[in-house]
Amino acid sequence: MSKVLIATKINGEAHEFACEPSASLLDALRDDLRLTGTKEGCGSGDCGACTVTLDGEMVCACLVLAPEVAGRQVGTVEGIAEDGALHPLQAKFLEHAALQCGFCTPGFLVAAKNLLDRNPDPSEHEVRFWLAGNLCRCTGYDKIVRAVLDAAAELRQERAGA
Amino acid sequence: MNDMSAPPYKVVGTRPVRPDGVDKVTGKAVFGPDFAASGMLHGAVLRSPHPHARIRAIDTSKAAALPGVRAVVTGADFPTLESLTMALGESSGDVLDIARNCMALDKALYEGHAVAAVAATSTLIAREALQLIAVDYEVLPHVIGIEEAMAADAPVLHDTLFTKGLDATPDKPSNVATRFVMANGDVESALAGAAAVASGRFTTAPVHQGYIEPHACVASVNADGQTQIWASSQGAFMIRSLTATILGMPISDIRVTPLEIGGGFGGKTTVYLEPVAVLLSRKCGLPVRLVMTRDEVFRASGPAPGSVVDLRIGADKDGKLVAADIEFRNSAGAFPGSSVHATAMCSLACYRIANFRVTGWDVVSNMPSSAAYRAPGAPPVVFAVESALDEIAMQLGLDPIDLRLRNAVRPGDPGPMGMPHGPVALVECLEAAKAHPHWTAPLAPRHGRGVAAGFWPNYGGQSTATVSVAEDGTITVVTGSPDIGGSRASMAMMAAEVLGLPYEAVRCIVADTASIGFSMVTGGSRTTFATGKAVVEASEAVVATLRARAAAIWGIEDDAVTWQGGAAQAAGQEPLTIKAIAAKAGQSAGGTIAAEATVNPLDYAAGLAVHICDTEVDPETRQVRVARYTAVQDVGRAIHPSYVEGQMQGGAVQGIGWALNEGYVHDAGGRVANAGFLDYRMPVASDLPMIDTVMIEVPNPAHPFGVKGVGEAPIVPPLGAVANAVSRAAGVRLRDLPMSPDRVHAAIAAKG
Ligand code: FES
Ligand code: FES
Repeated sequence: MSKVLIATKINGEAHEFACEPSASLLDALRDDLRLTGTKEGCGSGDCGACTVTLDGEMVCACLVLAPEVAGRQVGTVEGIAEDGALHPLQAKFLEHAALQCGFCTPGFLVAAKNLLDRNPDPSEHEVRFWLAGNLCRCTGYDKIVRAVLDAAAELRQERAGA
Repeated sequence: MNDMSAPPYKVVGTRPVRPDGVDKVTGKAVFGPDFAASGMLHGAVLRSPHPHARIRAIDTSKAAALPGVRAVVTGADFPTLESLTMALGESSGDVLDIARNCMALDKALYEGHAVAAVAATSTLIAREALQLIAVDYEVLPHVIGIEEAMAADAPVLHDTLFTKGLDATPDKPSNVATRFVMANGDVESALAGAAAVASGRFTTAPVHQGYIEPHACVASVNADGQTQIWASSQGAFMIRSLTATILGMPISDIRVTPLEIGGGFGGKTTVYLEPVAVLLSRKCGLPVRLVMTRDEVFRASGPAPGSVVDLRIGADKDGKLVAADIEFRNSAGAFPGSSVHATAMCSLACYRIANFRVTGWDVVSNMPSSAAYRAPGAPPVVFAVESALDEIAMQLGLDPIDLRLRNAVRPGDPGPMGMPHGPVALVECLEAAKAHPHWTAPLAPRHGRGVAAGFWPNYGGQSTATVSVAEDGTITVVTGSPDIGGSRASMAMMAAEVLGLPYEAVRCIVADTASIGFSMVTGGSRTTFATGKAVVEASEAVVATLRARAAAIWGIEDDAVTWQGGAAQAAGQEPLTIKAIAAKAGQSAGGTIAAEATVNPLDYAAGLAVHICDTEVDPETRQVRVARYTAVQDVGRAIHPSYVEGQMQGGAVQGIGWALNEGYVHDAGGRVANAGFLDYRMPVASDLPMIDTVMIEVPNPAHPFGVKGVGEAPIVPPLGAVANAVSRAAGVRLRDLPMSPDRVHAAIAAKG
C-alpha cells in the first residue's frame, strides 16, 4: 500500500501528512502529527477519549479515516487554550477537580466545548446526555457536570459583559 | 462535615489546583500510550483463541522472515523460574504465575493468553507477522464458572495445584487453590436461637476495572544489559522488581520511568507487557513499544473475581446480630489469588458478632488471571452480608440504619483477625447518614431506598520522599508514588503546611526508579497516608536544618529558634525567611538544604463508608435507574477535599456499574462475548444523578495530619446499597449481580 498525502487544517493551522489510506484520523493525529492529546480508549467509537471536531461537528477520531479530513478543519484538545491562556472550561475542570487520572479529559473538553458553542445555557440533563458518549471511570461524572455548568455560566457572564 | 476540633491548618483542607493539572487539560501530559523513543519499533502480541489448550509447537520462522520484522519471542525465551511469592503492595503473587501470565509456555489457560510477540517497523507489519505464526494447539476441555470449576470431574488447569488449607492434603490436583477459614464461637446454636435469620445464595459476575487507558509501555535494552522502561502503572518499582525477577536481571540494570497513568483501580499493580517488551528489545537492540487494544484489555488483563456466596445471618428480637455463617467462592481466573483473606476479613468487619464461621475458596478457571480491583475481595461478600441485614431489618420491622447502629463496631472492639479495631468511625458515619435529608426524603412511587455499610483495612508500607530547597527558597518534593488522582497536590500541600509556605511555593513530581528510593505501588489506599508521612518527615528535617542555619547565622542555640510562617524566629531577632536562608546556603553556611525520608508505617487506619441509594424500576422495561445517591465516609482528614470527594464519587459509581450493568459474558466456547465498551457497559453521565458526599473527619492519630486511606472504602457499600434499593422498589430480593432488566423482570415475575 502506498501512502497518500493529506492537506488539512488542524486547530486553524495548515498541516500536511502522509498516511496509509486505511489509517484512522486518530492514528494520523497521534502517530504522524504527534498530537497525542487526543486519546485512544477503545478504537471502536465507544469511549469518546478520541473526540475531536471535524468542520465543527463532534466525531470520534477513531472512526474517521484520515484521508477524509483532506481540505477540512480538525479541532483537537490542543487547540482549546488560546495563546497560552486556558479556556474557561479548562479552568473550571481544574477548579472543580473534574479530572482524576485525566485520560478522559481531552475528549470531555472537546465535547463540552462543542456543546457550549451551540447551547450557552444547558441544563444538567442536557449536559449529561451530550456527554453520554464520553466514558470516565474515575470521577463518577459529578464534578465534570458541575465544571461544565459553571463554565457555561462564566461564559455567559463574559458575553454579557462584552 | 468538619470535626469541630479541627486544627487551624493554612493549606491542608483547602482546594488548590493540582500541579499536573494544566498539562492534563491541554493535552500535553504524556500517558502510557503517548510516549515514543527515537528509532522505536512497534510490537504486537499473538493471543490464544482457545480458553484451554496445550501448545505443542510454535513455528515463528515465517513471521521472522517478513520484511520489517525485527524480533519474535515466545514463552521459550523466558528463563526458567522457581516459584517465589513476591509482595505487590497489599497483595502478593507468585512470580512464576505472573511470568506465565505474561506469556504462556506449554499451555494457554484462557482465551487471550499471550503465546508469542513480534516487534516490527510498523504496527501494521507487526500485526501481519502475527498471522504468520503457526501455533499447534491441542484444544482441551475448558471450564469457566466457579461451581463447574470446583466439580470433581472438571478439567484441571494446573496439575501442580493441590488445595491448601484443607485438613488433609489432597492426593489429586484440582482447581481449588485454597480454603481459608475464620471462625469463632458456636454458630449453629446461636442461629438456632435467633429471632430472625436471613439466608440464601448471592452471586456476582467477574467485572473489569475499566480504566480508560489501555496498558502500554516502551522498553529499550542496551548491549550491556542496561534497560529502560517507560510505562504507566501504579508502581514503577513494582515494574522494576517484577521484570527483573521474571527475566533474571539485576534490579539496578532496569530503570523505570513512570508515565502519567490513565486509571488503574488495582488493575495496574502487576506486569503484562513489560517483560515481553524487554525481551523483544533485547533481541533487536531497539526500543519497542507494546500497547494493548481495548479487546486485549478485556480478554487478557485482570478482571476482579466473580463470586458465589452462601450465608445465614441471625439476630435476636432486638436486632442484635448473634451469628453468621458465610461460605464464599471467588473466581481467581487462570492463576490462584482472588483475595480470599481480604474477602473473609471484610465480610463482617463492620459489626460486633460473637459467633461466626467464614469459609472462603480460591478457585481457578479458564478466564484471565484476576487482578486487584479497588478493595479487592470486599464488595461481593459485603453485598451479600448487607443484603441479609436488609432482610433482617424487614423481618424485625427495624430501620435499617438503626439495625446497623445497634451492631456497629467501635474503636477497640475485636477486629476481623482478632486485632482490636483502630479509630473506626462507623457509628459517626451511620449517624450522619441517618441525619442526612436524603434518608428521610419522601419516596416517589416505584422507588426504593437502600443503605449499606463497608469496611476496608487500608495499608501503609514503604515509601520514600525527598524535599529540596531551591536557591530562591521554593521547594521541590519528589516521591516514587504514581499520581492516580491528585496525590501530587496533596503531597505539596502537606509539605507546604509543615514548611509554613504557600501551596504554590511547593512543586511535587513523581520520579523514576533511579532517582528516588523504593516506594511500593499506589494501591491499598496507602499513598496519602504512607508517602504523605515520608513527605512530612522530610519536610520536618528540612525545617530542622533551616532552624540550625538561622541559629548559626544568629550565633545562638538551635533550640532557641522556632519555625513559623515560613521563617526562622527567635527572641530579639528579625525573622529570617526561607528565601533569605536559602540564598546564603550556597555561599557559606552549610550548603544545599534537602532531606530524604524513608518510611514503612504499619499504623494505618481502616476506612468506613455508608452509602444511601434511591432507585426506580421501570414498570415496563424493568430497567433500574439510580435516582439519588449519598456517600458518607470517614476520611480521617481530607488533605484536598475535592479529591477525597472524587474518590468517594468514583468508587460509588464503579459500584453502581457492578451492581446494575457490568459483568463478563462468556459464550459456550469459553470466549469473552462482550470484550468492548459497547457490550461491557460502564455507567455514563446520563445514567447517573449527582453523587452527594459527606466527609466525616475522625483523624488517624498515627498520621501527622490524621490521614486515613480513602480510595477503596467507597466501592465496598454500593453493591449492597443499590441491591437493597432495587429489592425494596421491586418488592422482591435481588440476589444476583448485575441486576439487568431480565433478572429484575424474572424476580418480579417469580414473586407473582
Ligand atoms: S477511542 Fe475513539 S471512541 Fe474510544
Ligand atoms: S479522570 Fe480518569 S477516566 Fe476520567
